[in-house]
Amino acid sequence: MAGLIIKDIQKSFGKTKVLHGINMEISDGEFIVIVGPSGCGKSTLLRMIAGLENVTSGEILIDNLNVNNKEPMDRNIAMVFQNYALYPHMSVFKNMAYGLKIAGIPKLEISERVQEAAKMLELGELLERKPRELSGGQRQRVAMGRAIVRKPAVFLFDEPLSNLDAKLRIQMRLEIKSLQQRLGTTSLFVTHDQVEAMTLADRMVVMNEGVAEQIGSPLDVFQKPETIFSAQFIGSPAMNLIKGVTDGQSIKLENGVLLKCVTNFSGEVLAGLRPEDLLPDKKGEIIIQIDMAEPIGASTILHGTLKNSDIKIVSMVQGLVDQKDMQKEMSFSISPEVIHLFNRESGKRIN
Amino acid sequence: MKYYDYPKLFVLALPVAIFFVTFFIVPMVQLAIVGASGDSGVSSYFTIVNTPRHFESMLATLLLSIAVTFTALVISTTAGLFLVRNIFPGKEIVLSILTFPLAFPGVVIGFLIIMLAGRQGLIGLVTKALLGEKTVFAYSMLGLFFGYLYFSIPRVILTIMAAAEKLDKSLEEAAKSLGAPPFRIVIDIIIPALKPGLIASGAICFATSMGAFGTAFTLATNIDVLPMTIYTEFTLNANIAGAASLSIVLGLVTWIALFISRSLSGQTIAVSG
Ligand SMILES: Nc1ncnc2c1ncn2[C@@H]1O[C@H](COP(=O)(O)OP(=O)(O)O)[C@@H](O)[C@H]1O
Ligand SMILES: [Mg+2]
Repeated sequence: MAGLIIKDIQKSFGKTKVLHGINMEISDGEFIVIVGPSGCGKSTLLRMIAGLENVTSGEILIDNLNVNNKEPMDRNIAMVFQNYALYPHMSVFKNMAYGLKIAGIPKLEISERVQEAAKMLELGELLERKPRELSGGQRQRVAMGRAIVRKPAVFLFDEPLSNLDAKLRIQMRLEIKSLQQRLGTTSLFVTHDQVEAMTLADRMVVMNEGVAEQIGSPLDVFQKPETIFSAQFIGSPAMNLIKGVTDGQSIKLENGVLLKCVTNFSGEVLAGLRPEDLLPDKKGEIIIQIDMAEPIGASTILHGTLKNSDIKIVSMVQGLVDQKDMQKEMSFSISPEVIHLFNRESGKRIN
Repeated sequence: MKYYDYPKLFVLALPVAIFFVTFFIVPMVQLAIVGASGDSGVSSYFTIVNTPRHFESMLATLLLSIAVTFTALVISTTAGLFLVRNIFPGKEIVLSILTFPLAFPGVVIGFLIIMLAGRQGLIGLVTKALLGEKTVFAYSMLGLFFGYLYFSIPRVILTIMAAAEKLDKSLEEAAKSLGAPPFRIVIDIIIPALKPGLIASGAICFATSMGAFGTAFTLATNIDVLPMTIYTEFTLNANIAGAASLSIVLGLVTWIALFISRSLSGQTIAVSG
């Protein structure tokens, strides 16, 4: 097991720069999730760590050893691919044993280690099957097994759950989490799904267009998003951002509504209001004209417009609200501590 | 039970049936009868084992075809993979030139081999200048080998390239990250993935080499490959029964090779699906 340090990693494909200097320090046994929209450079970063893509500039250290110029085979990592990359002509056993066979490990030990991993992943019955005879979830497990048996220093996962259906995804998510906790192997997991990131990560890296916008625990990122991007990407439905002006203790929203907030900044800002922080309150200052209700089970998402403006705003209320029972207008209040303020130019957090 | 509309089925199948009977069954049966009609009767089918000349011709043809197939597969796989994997200036031109030999009939290929390795050939001129002795191999089995290779390689390369384009790159990357050195990746991952294509194009290559006539005929009349032997028996020796029986045997061997390859690659296609 080992830590992983990434120092100012940059990557260009020809003239296009894809990564603009990523820094992170991952301690031994940590589960880090890199989350960001598709095309932001997550896979590229992961592949550079795996040694499948060369480094334009910067340093990658595994266990304090610079691996920039090392072949994938010499890095002691194991990667799980999005499409699993199982060998179609090999049985489950052979797939899982392949890395060990290459390493010249004695047959008996290979068999033991594969059996052990197979047991852990409940693949015991399937060892003689070919990948095409497995379900998506089982294939996913085999791919995990192939990584586990090598006992690598670092696991790299590239969106390993994105090809599964919703239910299986949740189940495998839990399994990966508990597996990682049991094995204690340093892991780097890439996903575009913020829920996956929130539930899996010890710490997460919010990435946007080749820049790490924020690194922190899921709760940290959720409660104190450092940038507008982070604020809008994490949390569902996404945070409302409304223009306003602060005077050091309160904020006047664009439609004239005055809200108390926590800041000592005076000037033009963007106010971030999470939909679930808007609480229905007969005496609330925020009056919303409801355009549409989206019942999602335990709660209902309300899409509306701020009164006296054309500013769109989304709120979320507990319980099921039917479209026809909807009031045309609802008032909400929000507690001052949960109003996020961002600089309009830089997009950085103010309070 | 499924209900078949027999009258309709019959009408629809009629064109195929007519074609099959007139162009396949009738000549084949006739050939088989002619083959057995000679002085030695049905036993003329054993001429291939009994007559040393025929047996040697059969063996030589088999060996030649196997050698051509194997060499073509090795060269084409390497070249095909290279062409799929690399981008370089002039790649399009190389690709279009590669398919050029496919446009030539056997006669022209024989002619090309003579130009290359014949008595007045390029290789002869060069070796004469360098070693003082002319190397000439156009009129031998070796010349035939190169001729067959020449028209086999494009076919195989095209099949391999089509298969290689469909190769899943992440399989190789997975192997790489699992610690496999390049040669293991080729043996363990790439070759198995290309196997259906290799078997299919190998079979075509083998069948073509077994039956090719034009090139051999152009190079020399004394190259004893089976198609030439059949021709000689038929035209010069007027041994029509012998020629017919050899034809049947040649057809059978080729057909068996194609059949085996079909069932083999069918299996591997299913396996890799
Ligand atoms: N081999 C490559 N050549 C050129 N551009 C590439 C290559 N691989 C990735 N890119 C580009 O780099 C960017 C980041 O890609 P990627 O890391 O795959 O994003 P993500 O995994 O976050 O979806 C994309 O714009 C993509 O088009
Ligand atoms: Mg990706």
